[in-house]
Amino acid sequence: MQHYSMNLKLKVWRQRNANDQGHFETYDVENVSSEMSFLEMIDVLNERLIAKGDEPIAFDHDCREGICGMCSMVIDGRPHGPWKGTTTCQLHMRAFKDGDLITVEPFRANAFPVIKDLMVSRTAFDRIIQAGGYISVNTGNAVDGNAIPIEKDKADASFAAAACIGCGACVAACKNASAMLFVSAKVSHLALLPQGEPERKQRVVNMIAQMDKEGFGSCTNTYACEAECPKEISVLNIARLNKEYLHSSLSAD
Amino acid sequence: MNWSQLFTSSIGKKLVMALTGFFLVVFLLVHCYINANVLFSNAEENFNRAAHFMGSNILIRIMEIGLFLGFILHIVQGYKLELQNRSSRKSRYAVTAGNKTSKWYSRSMALLGTLILLFLVLHLVHFWVPSRFGGLAEVEYDGKTYHNLYAQMQDIFSVPWVVVVYLLGCFSLSWHLLHGVQSAAQTLGITSKNYYQTIKNIGIVFSILVPLIFALMPLFVHFGWQINTGDISLLF
Amino acid sequence: MLDAKIPSGSLSEKWTKYKGSVKLVNPANKRKLEIIVVGTGLAGSSAAASLGEMGYKVKAFCFQDSPRRAHSIAAQGGINAAKNYQNDGDSTYRLFYDTIKGGDYRAREANVHRLAEVSTNIIDQCVAQGVPFAREYGGLLSNRSFGGTQVQRTFYAAGQTGQQLLIGAYQALERQVALGTVQMYARHEMVELVIIDGKARGIIARNLVTGELERHFGHAVLLCTGGYGNVFYLSTNAMGSNVTAAWKAHKKGAYFANPCFTQIHPTCIPVSGDHQSKLTLMSESLRNDGRIWVPAKKGDNRPPNEIPEEERDYYLERRYPAFGNLVPRDVASRAAKERCDAGFGVGTSKQAVYLDYAAAIQRYGKAEASKRNLGNVSPETITQLGKDVVKEKYGNLFDMYEKITGENPYEVPMRIYPAVHYTMGGLWVDYELKTTVDGLYALGEANFSDHGANRLGASALMQGLADGYFVIPYTLGNYLADEIRTNNIPTDHPAFVEAEKQASERINRLMSIKGKQTVESFHKRLGKIIWDKCGMARSADGLKQAIKEVQALKKEFWSDVRIPGGINEMNPELDKAGRVADFIELGELMCLDALERNESCGGHFREEYQTPDGEALRDDEKYMYVAAWEMKEDNWQLHKESLNYEIVKPSQRSYK
Repeated sequence: MQHYSMNLKLKVWRQRNANDQGHFETYDVENVSSEMSFLEMIDVLNERLIAKGDEPIAFDHDCREGICGMCSMVIDGRPHGPWKGTTTCQLHMRAFKDGDLITVEPFRANAFPVIKDLMVSRTAFDRIIQAGGYISVNTGNAVDGNAIPIEKDKADASFAAAACIGCGACVAACKNASAMLFVSAKVSHLALLPQGEPERKQRVVNMIAQMDKEGFGSCTNTYACEAECPKEISVLNIARLNKEYLHSSLSAD
Repeated sequence: MNWSQLFTSSIGKKLVMALTGFFLVVFLLVHCYINANVLFSNAEENFNRAAHFMGSNILIRIMEIGLFLGFILHIVQGYKLELQNRSSRKSRYAVTAGNKTSKWYSRSMALLGTLILLFLVLHLVHFWVPSRFGGLAEVEYDGKTYHNLYAQMQDIFSVPWVVVVYLLGCFSLSWHLLHGVQSAAQTLGITSKNYYQTIKNIGIVFSILVPLIFALMPLFVHFGWQINTGDISLLF
Repeated sequence: MLDAKIPSGSLSEKWTKYKGSVKLVNPANKRKLEIIVVGTGLAGSSAAASLGEMGYKVKAFCFQDSPRRAHSIAAQGGINAAKNYQNDGDSTYRLFYDTIKGGDYRAREANVHRLAEVSTNIIDQCVAQGVPFAREYGGLLSNRSFGGTQVQRTFYAAGQTGQQLLIGAYQALERQVALGTVQMYARHEMVELVIIDGKARGIIARNLVTGELERHFGHAVLLCTGGYGNVFYLSTNAMGSNVTAAWKAHKKGAYFANPCFTQIHPTCIPVSGDHQSKLTLMSESLRNDGRIWVPAKKGDNRPPNEIPEEERDYYLERRYPAFGNLVPRDVASRAAKERCDAGFGVGTSKQAVYLDYAAAIQRYGKAEASKRNLGNVSPETITQLGKDVVKEKYGNLFDMYEKITGENPYEVPMRIYPAVHYTMGGLWVDYELKTTVDGLYALGEANFSDHGANRLGASALMQGLADGYFVIPYTLGNYLADEIRTNNIPTDHPAFVEAEKQASERINRLMSIKGKQTVESFHKRLGKIIWDKCGMARSADGLKQAIKEVQALKKEFWSDVRIPGGINEMNPELDKAGRVADFIELGELMCLDALERNESCGGHFREEYQTPDGEALRDDEKYMYVAAWEMKEDNWQLHKESLNYEIVKPSQRSYK
C-alpha cells in the first residue's frame, strides 16, 4: 500500500451549544497522512486549533475500534463516511485524496439534539430500551444455561440483530429520521430467543410507543439505514418488527 | 394494548398505507383488465359493454364507494406521514447521500403520489364525471343503449398534450408502485425470504406491466392502433 | 500487614459459609439506603442492576453518553466458566488453579476461588437475559479453548463477547431505570469523593454537558471505573478510559495495589505514526495458525515476500520449541520487543514483527485439495483454497487489519506489535471488595484482586460480572446492615461543600494556567516515558530516571498546559486535562511500585531478574505479597498484604 500525504479543506459544523444556531466553518488541513484515521485527522486539526488559540471541534468518540457506537458525524452526507460497514473511527484517510473538500455535520434529527459541534444526544435510544428492550430476569433467577436448547439458526439470527451498536447512524441516514432499524434490531434480538417469549407482545408495543413519543419519523422502507449501518444490520429485522407489532396488536385482549 | 393503536402508531399508519395500497393495486388490476379492451379488435363495443357492466352492477357500485374511501385514506394518511416525517428533522443536512444509499423513487413517494393525484383529478373529470352525471353520447348494441365512453375517449385522446399528461401519469404510477409494492410487503411483516422475494418480483413485474398497458391506451386511441384479435373480446 | 478479612474454613467453603452468615438488610430498609455506582461497564452495570433489583436506591454514573458504551464492550474473545459442558475435566478447582498459575502466583487464593465458583452462575444469568452466545447445532452452548488452559471453557459470541455481555447488563440496568430503582447520570464524571466520619458518603460529579459540579449522597460508593492502561497514552483502551475516580479515592485514603502489574498484549496492529491515537487489538486466536518472524539480518529492508525462507528468524519457534507461537501473552510480547530492540524490527517504524499466514494458507490449501479429491492441482489452486479456509476462520480480523493498514493480509504478512491491554493492578480491596476507606468499594478491573501479575484470556469479563452480579449484592449488605440508622445526609453538609470546593479549585487552577502546550502533548510524553521505562521491560536505573522525568513533567504540566474553552460548558479538553493530571501522578506510583518489586513476575519484567535464558525470575521469598500504596502528602507509603497459598504450590513457569 502506497502511503501518501494530502491537503484537505474541511467544512465543519460548529455550534456552541443546543441553543446556538450553528454554522459551517472551513479549515485547511495540511499534510494529512493516508494512514491516519478520520478522527486522528480531526485530532491533528484540533491540536492546531488549540495552538492558535481557537476552540477545538467537539465530537463524540471512545473505543475507536468500531464497537462502542459513540462516534457519529455525517461525512459528505454519509453517516460514518463513505466506507461500507465502517464506523467513523475506523474510516481511514485513504478514502480521500489530495485537494478534497470534506463536509462534516452532526447526526441531524429532532430526537438527537446537538450538544455541541458534532456531538448529539442519543439518550432517546436509552429510553426506548427502558420501555421494554430487556428480558425481566432478576439476578440469581436463572436456570442452567443449557436448560433450554436454542436452534442454532435462531441463535445466529438473534446474534446478528444484537450486533447493533446503537450509534444512531440509521436515524441519521433516514430521510424521515426514523429509528426503526435500531428498534427492530432489539425487538428481533429478543423475540428470536425463547427467553424473550414471555414479554414478546408487550415489548414491541411499548418500545414502538416510546419510539413515537421521542419524535422519530416513521419508516418508509428506503433502506438507507441498512446501507449506512456500520454493523450492516438487515432491514429484514424491520419486517420482523412489523410482524411482531401486527401480531401483538391483533392478538391483544 | 389498545387495538386502535394498530392504526394510530407510526407502524399503524404505515399499515393503513400498505393495506389501502394493496387494495388500490387490486383496483388497478381490474381497471387495467377492462380497459385493455381498447387495445384489441372491436374495441368500441367491448369497451362500452364492459364499462356499462362496471357502471351498473350494484356490487361494483358499492365497491366503488370503498375505492373512494381507500383513495382518500391512502392520500390523506400519506400526506400526514410525509409532513410528520419531514418535521422530524428540522435542521437539514448541507450534503445528502442521494442515490448512493437509497433509490430516488423510494424517497419520492409523496412527490410521485402527488403527480398521480393530479393525474387522477384530470382523469376523473375526463371520464368518471361525465359517465356519472351525464354528458356522454349513447350507442346501441343488440337493442340495448349504452354510454359511448369509447367515443369520449377518442375525443379526449385526440388532444396531444392530454396524451402526454396521461403518459406522465402512468410513468409516475410505475415508480410509485415499484417502491410501493415491496414496501407494503415489508410493512405487513413478511419475513420469509422466499415470500418476500416472490412478492418483490411480482411487484416489479406488476409495476412495469400494468402502467405500460395503461400507457398504451391513450397511444392506441390517439393513433388509432389496434391489435387484431378477430372476434375474440377480452371481457365479454 | 493488611488484613483482607478472608473468612476462615477450607477454601472451597469460604464463600458458602460467608453467604450463610453475612448480615442482611430487610426490604423496607433497603428502600431507604442509597448507593452510588460509578462506571457502567460489566461490573458497574451488573452491580447497579442487581442492587436496584434488590430494592436499594441506586445512582449510576458514566462519562459516556450512554451506559452501553463502556469499554467492556470491546472485549472480543470470550468469558470463562467452569461449566464442564465439554466433559473435558473442567471444574471449579481447575479454573481456580489456572487463574492462580496464570497470574504467576500473585493473586489472592480466596478471591480467585470465589470467582471460579460463581463463574457458572454468570453464564446462566447471561443466557436468561438473552445474551446470544454461540451455539452448536443441537442448540446447546458452544465453547472454545483459550490461552493458558487445557480445557474448553470459554463461552463466546463471535468476536463480540464483551459487547453482548455488556448489552445484557445494560438492558438489566435500563430495566431498573424504568422501574425507578436506578437513576442514571450519563455524561457525568466523578471528580471528588466525599468522606464523612471516615466513611465514603458521596461524590462530586461534573456534568460534562453543562460543566456544573453536582453533589450526590450515598450510603456507600462503588467504583467500577475500569483500568488505567491509558497512562501509556497508546493502548487498546478507549480514549476516555481513565483512572480519575480511582485516583480521587486513592488521594482520600484508598490504597492502590500493584500498580505496576500491566498486561501487554502481543498481537496488536503497530503504530503507524505520530498521529496515532490508540491501538487496535487483533484476537489472540490468530497465533493459532500464524507464524511469527523477523528477518535474520539486521536492518533488512526487503519486502517480506522477497526474503527467502532461510533468511527468516522464527524466533518464538526457535526459543520455545515446545509452545512455539502459542506461548503466553507476556512471553510473546517480550520476545517481540527483544527482536525489535536488537534492530530486527520491520515496517517503517521498525517496531513490528511479521505474523505470516503463507504457511497456513498452503497447509489448509493442501488439506482442502485432498479432502475434495482434487488430485494434482496447480499451486495457484492450492493457494486459493487455502485463502478460502483462512477467510472463513479469520475473515473479520483480516478485514479489520486491511481497513486500518490498507494492506491485504492474504498477500502480505501482517505486522504486529505488543500493546498495553489490561491492568491487573488497581484499588486494594479486601474479600468483600471494600477498599481501605469504609463504605467505598471497587469492582472489576478497577480493583486488583483476582489476576495477580498476569491475566488469562477470557477472565476479565468473568471477573467484572462476578463482582457485579454475585459478590457485591452479598458483601455490600454486610456493610449496609449497620447503616440502616444513618439518615440521608443533606448535601449541604460541610464535607460536601469542602469536596466541591476542592474539585472546583482544581478545575479553576487548570483553566488559569493558560500555558502553551496542549493536554494531548503532555499525555503523549507521559505515555512515552512509562512505555519506555515501565513497559514491557523495566530496570532500576530506568525506573529511577522515569520517576524524575514524570515529576518534571508534572511540574511542567501544572505550569504550561493550555486548555481552551470555559468551565461552565461542554469542554472535552478540560475533561481530558483532569484525567491526564491524574495519570501523571499514577505514572510516578507505577514506577515506584515497579522499582520496589525486585523480581520479575507475570507482566512485570525487571531486566535484572531473569534466568540465564531471559525468562522471568520470581522471588517468592521476598515478594509474595500485594504491594498496597497509601498516599501521604506528596509521597507514598507501602503496605503489604502477604499472600498465603494454602492450596496451590507456586512453581516456575516454563514453556520450552
